[in-house]
Amino acid sequence: MSSESLILFFILGLVLVGGAVVFSTFAAPKSWNAAKFQPYECGIPVKDGAWTQFNVGYYLFAIVYLVFDVEIVFIYPWGAVMKEVGMSAFIEIVIFFVILGLGLAYAWKKKALKWV
Amino acid sequence: MKFSIYDFSSFTQSIHELLTGVMSPTWVFITELAIVGLIFLLFYAVLGLFLVYLERRVCAFIQNRLGPNRVGPQGIFQTIADLIKLLFKELFVVKNADKFLFNLAPFVVIIASLMAIGALPYAKGLQALDFNIGLFYIIAVTSLGVVGILLAGWSSNSKYSLLGAMRSGAQIISYELSVGLSLLAIIIFAGSMQLSVIVESQANGWWIFKGHIPAFIAFVIFLIAATAETNRGPFDLAEAESELTAGFHTEYTGIRFAFFFLAEYMNMFLAAALATTVFLGGWMPLHFGNFETFNRIMDFVPPIVWFFGKTFVVIYIIMLFKWTFPRLRIDQLLTLEWKYLLPINLVNIVLIAFLVLMGWHF
Repeated sequence: MSSESLILFFILGLVLVGGAVVFSTFAAPKSWNAAKFQPYECGIPVKDGAWTQFNVGYYLFAIVYLVFDVEIVFIYPWGAVMKEVGMSAFIEIVIFFVILGLGLAYAWKKKALKWV
Repeated sequence: MKFSIYDFSSFTQSIHELLTGVMSPTWVFITELAIVGLIFLLFYAVLGLFLVYLERRVCAFIQNRLGPNRVGPQGIFQTIADLIKLLFKELFVVKNADKFLFNLAPFVVIIASLMAIGALPYAKGLQALDFNIGLFYIIAVTSLGVVGILLAGWSSNSKYSLLGAMRSGAQIISYELSVGLSLLAIIIFAGSMQLSVIVESQANGWWIFKGHIPAFIAFVIFLIAATAETNRGPFDLAEAESELTAGFHTEYTGIRFAFFFLAEYMNMFLAAALATTVFLGGWMPLHFGNFETFNRIMDFVPPIVWFFGKTFVVIYIIMLFKWTFPRLRIDQLLTLEWKYLLPINLVNIVLIAFLVLMGWHF
């Protein structure tokens, strides 16, 4: 099948989830209770919402991740033609990885890879 | 109509010809889409339910319990009964939640896993989407799943959900690198990203055997990273029951909750199927060099049986991980990825490139 049929799987997901949710909305019983609609906090009275300032502990990981993820996008086409290009492709990737490795070592030394 | 269990391409071709004889090209296209869609919908639901059942049985087996054994023979209809129960449970949204995003999250998670499953080669000629960037496409689509998890965690306005979603974010962005790099190993060997080409390239031996030790290292790293990517134990920090009740789907009820559950199991299937396709030869039978008789007997087993057989072996291994290892702490989890798997992977890629350059693989 051609790549236009990709849309099929999108529609399938919509139908599967949408159909079940619509069915369930009509078939399931409903009741109203003030306590039921509170978020679950192990039974103690709920204090504030969850949408407050939040320390994202992996902020530095996310930055290092970005570098490596973009790198993977570059390496994938390289991997596909590695066999045909041969020696020059190999030398290039060694240089590329040395630079990347230095970057990773730097991040490591600066304690960016440490959970705080 | 020619039907052969060994090669589906002639079968699908004959269906296509039959349809073109009856109606116009547009309608042929639409009918084919409808057929494929129906098959995949059934496949997705049935396999998801079966995997949940299997997990409960495997868990029971390891913990020396019986597991579900009342509904149907050996309790095989237990998960179907559970599904029916969940369908008739009330769907409610927590007060103060972001209603639109809360409703959207299950759609994102399910669509991401469905779109990836459509691109897998199940047998010869039995592949819905065969892109020339197949492997890349699957990695791209599966990483969309984390958006659904983050949406679910943030929109429910509950502290447990938020914590679970944030942990999941850290985990998935880290382990995605290892998944990508370990799959790259086989792309270098096969010289293509197209899944059908990768499978064909293993006709005379699976990559895990042909690629010497580097391919085996890549396989092990892929298994670890894929287990972490699918949020399964021992990496199930996003839904650690003892710390976060249910993590990012704490506030979900009824069938919406069931979809998160289903997507998790189908992602596990996807990880196992990808490991099968890329490292274990996909639907190719097991061949040993020059043992003619042995190879003939192996050829006799249909490819689709090979595919699902290998996939379920990998799934069983992933399930064993969950029920035998204790859960990791988040700093241990990130250390494992960034200080062990990633450097090993980078060295491994260079090694493989060298092997391919020298032509030392079979």
